[in-house]
Amino acid sequence: MSNDWPLFEVFIRSRSGLEHKHVGSLHAADARMAVEHARDVYTRRQEGVSIWVVRSADIVASDPEEADSLFEPARDKVYRHPTFYAIPEEVKNL
Amino acid sequence: MYTQALDVHGREPVPAPAADATAAAARFEARIDADEKIEPKDWMPDAYRQTLIRQISQHAHSEIVGMLPEGNWITRAPSLRRKAVLIAKVQDEGGHGMYLYSAAETLGISRAEMFEQLLSGTAKYSSIFNYPTLTWADVGAIGWLVDGAAIMNQIPICRCSYGPYARAMVRICKEESFHQRQGFEIMLTLAQGSDAQRAMAQDALNRWWWPSIMMFGPSDADSKHTAQSMRWKIKRFTNDELRQRFIDITVPQAQFLELTIPDPALRWDEATQHFVIGPIDWGEFHAVLKGNGPCNRERLEARRTAYRAGAWVREAAAAHAAKQTAREQAQARRQA
Repeated sequence: MSNDWPLFEVFIRSRSGLEHKHVGSLHAADARMAVEHARDVYTRRQEGVSIWVVRSADIVASDPEEADSLFEPARDKVYRHPTFYAIPEEVKNL
Repeated sequence: MYTQALDVHGREPVPAPAADATAAAARFEARIDADEKIEPKDWMPDAYRQTLIRQISQHAHSEIVGMLPEGNWITRAPSLRRKAVLIAKVQDEGGHGMYLYSAAETLGISRAEMFEQLLSGTAKYSSIFNYPTLTWADVGAIGWLVDGAAIMNQIPICRCSYGPYARAMVRICKEESFHQRQGFEIMLTLAQGSDAQRAMAQDALNRWWWPSIMMFGPSDADSKHTAQSMRWKIKRFTNDELRQRFIDITVPQAQFLELTIPDPALRWDEATQHFVIGPIDWGEFHAVLKGNGPCNRERLEARRTAYRAGAWVREAAAAHAAKQTAREQAQARRQA
């Protein structure tokens, strides 16, 4: 019993105008079946208007062990946020 | 819900040397203490991983086996509305099993291994599903009591320290609340019906009350996993705390239905502001868990039959997928 169908990750767009969001995964023999299974497993209550499926094996992920060094460059750049700048209160519309 | 099979930049994870493992364990404990979520590819102690695999897979099996007692009444539901509702509920249980199997797979166990454990009888599932559904009122009692107890158990797991399990539980809890309400509605309809219907509702309560109370598991004094699971924030409340909460909310509901809880010792305790129940027959609980409940063999046989009967579908779909892939590859070669 080691013949699982390939694993797919499922992404659902919940409403027109919103992005697809990861909702979970499922097994299917092929991509078309994965879309049909995703409908049955993840949209029984009209949770979506569009489905993406992608084989889990095709996803490349960052390594949590290396998260510190990977995200380090942004850490000391608070000047990328508007709140970094002091503006006198009487100045409007900035 | 990513799986362990999903690789990181094409590298296989290498086992950390001993010194690193101690540091990793300390980091893990600190993250648990800070209420951070643990995700599939994060380092975790093997015992944490094994505890979760055991708990999530048992939970998944329970959803799948749980389709059987209610499925028994789909063809005999008393109206088209009741039938549509029951089908939707059983489909939900199937869906919940799927979410949970996916969550367990992120810990490195395959779906096939879990099926094998269920079908060979080595895996456990909730003992409640080894009781028969003799009348239509049982469908009401299951929704009201069994799903009620399940919700009580599951809501705290939405805050479990393991991310994929917590996320699956959020989805499940959202869907479960209709299950309990439809069950209570069935009980209410019967309780307000003829004498025979009221007797049927009472009989169902008589048979499902104690098994539902036992769904919360052994009492705290005898629960071997509770302390560690609470420390790891897999569990947030003890079995007895959850059981008491269930009793306190369910007894008034039974009173509203004008049905009698089958426990002559049941009383309201003014001092603690809780209902106090009589002794639980743990002998029955352990017998059912060991495989000697009224329907253990029947349930497993039904799952095995379904697995065998579905073999040709799985094989045909795999063969079709292989053929399609081969055809696409041949076409790509011709075009190259």
